[in-house]
Amino acid sequence: MLAILKREMSNYFTSPIGYIFLAVFYFFSGMFFTSVLAANTTDITYVFSSLFTVLVFIIPLLTMRSMSEEKKQKTDQLLLTAPISLGSLVLGKFLAAFLMYCIAVSVTVVYALILAAFATPEWMVVIGNILGALLLGAALIAIGVFISSLTENQLIAAVGSFAVMMFILMIDGFASLISNTFIASIVSTLSFMTRYNNFVTGILNISDLLFFLSFAVVFIYLTVRVLEKRRWG
Amino acid sequence: MIEVKNLTKSYGNKQAVNDISFTVNQGEILGFLGPNGAGKSTTMNILTGYISSTSGTAKIDGHDILDEPQEAKKHIGYLPEHPPLYLDMTVQEYLEFVYQLKKARQPMKAHIDDICRRVKITNVQKRIIKNLSKGYRQRVGLAQALIGNPEVLILDEPTVGLDPKQIIEIRNLIKTLGERHTIILSSHILPEVQAVCDRVIVINKGKIVADDTAENLSRSLTDDFRYIARIEGPEEEVEKLLNGISGLKEVQPLGQKEPGVYEFSLEADPGSDIRRDLFKRLTERNYPLLGLKTTELTLEDIFLQLTQDSSSDKSKDGGNQ
Ligand SMILES: Nc1ncnc2c1ncn2[C@@H]1O[C@H](COP(=O)(O)OP(=O)(O)OP(=O)(O)O)[C@@H](O)[C@H]1O
Ligand SMILES: [Mg+2]
Repeated sequence: MLAILKREMSNYFTSPIGYIFLAVFYFFSGMFFTSVLAANTTDITYVFSSLFTVLVFIIPLLTMRSMSEEKKQKTDQLLLTAPISLGSLVLGKFLAAFLMYCIAVSVTVVYALILAAFATPEWMVVIGNILGALLLGAALIAIGVFISSLTENQLIAAVGSFAVMMFILMIDGFASLISNTFIASIVSTLSFMTRYNNFVTGILNISDLLFFLSFAVVFIYLTVRVLEKRRWG
Repeated sequence: MIEVKNLTKSYGNKQAVNDISFTVNQGEILGFLGPNGAGKSTTMNILTGYISSTSGTAKIDGHDILDEPQEAKKHIGYLPEHPPLYLDMTVQEYLEFVYQLKKARQPMKAHIDDICRRVKITNVQKRIIKNLSKGYRQRVGLAQALIGNPEVLILDEPTVGLDPKQIIEIRNLIKTLGERHTIILSSHILPEVQAVCDRVIVINKGKIVADDTAENLSRSLTDDFRYIARIEGPEEEVEKLLNGISGLKEVQPLGQKEPGVYEFSLEADPGSDIRRDLFKRLTERNYPLLGLKTTELTLEDIFLQLTQDSSSDKSKDGGNQ
């Protein structure tokens, strides 16, 4: 797992993808942060509330190659015949993308410190925001890795992940359109946005935390299943 | 060391591998010989745990590849048909990655350097794999299989894409490796498996058609000798004379090749060596023998011989492979 993690990380930085990801993330979060500064508040939540939309565009960049490219270059033959478990293979891939994501999110700590220079921010809210962002990212990355395992084509993986994440982003909109209250309530229970917004507004629920975590775990598990299934093809 | 029982792999209703069983003993070099689509790669992919068999079992050093995949895989070094290389890495980076992936125990730098020396890629160790020629990529693939010093090496067409000099080098290397490793290699070149392997399994359409020592196999395959003889003299006279040689089953004139020089294809009876007799007769009549060569069997001939009764017609052209 460590070997895979290391290789993936160096891969992010030897190809433009890692830099593009970080650049786009820093650009938008920086922009949001500037408007926070311009509004003369110490409320960092605006940075995070707008973040979801950006992630829908850039997380697919991070995950599109992770499984698809191995299959295409036939290097999966090396990984799958090495004495490692499928679980640690997928986990290595997931953690590499997640680590990149952490590097991106860590910039918000800098923002918070800048704000702290002016006035004391509400640290609990800041921590809640960062935690929320990390959890949301983990869930989205796991979904992206899963979709990447379904195809050999990184472009299809990217577009597919984008479509799915876009759907997840807008699921609340759909819920309000559904007249059947029962289905609407199911849809809104599955809403990433509502749960993420809880973190953003500083409400820390253990159930929200478990929600994102279980999404990540389920999709990592599904990816393992896909690899397993393919061997029987 | 390797134990394969009733292995079958079907894709839809097509059987890529059909009920294959064999064992390979420690230290043996086994050749897998078969034409395109015979099921060689499929079998190797099953042995290494890349794909699963539809039914049947494969054990490596007593560990079932399905039940104890990690334990079994620890003992295997695999060079797939298409070397699994990360083109954007240097050879050194790649081998270090494989080293970590396989959790090898040997001191890393010395181990990698040693392998590079053995497969002769020391001079490209710092190059990016993308920029290497096919032959060098093949060697890096072989180097990768050697990392961790696994007891079993499974090599799928290891000499494909190499030039003749490299082919000989790699064959010699495989032979040396055979002193310490158990090896299965696949090929569709008969002389290659004969040169390298102790034992040969011939496989066609997913089934084993022969399993024998390389020696026995080549003996049985060359039982009926076929030659091309180039003789100076009047064609009909020479043909008549050739027909008089005992042990010669069939003489076929191939026409004039040089002024006054004719070629004949000769097929001798199984077990009889006609060469001395041929020479004597021709010198008696003063027809110089300008050339005599055995025709090599093509894979097609081999399958015909192995799958058909040896008495049936096999007058196929024995061209060179
Ligand atoms: N994924 C697959 N789906 C369907 N059929 C397959 C698949 N993989 C292999 N086959 C079929 O199985 C048969 C055996 O293929 P295999 O690659 O094992 O042959 P081979 O002996 O390695 O041939 P070659 O000398 O060309 O490498 C072929 O007929 C091939 O078409
Ligand atoms: Mg093959």
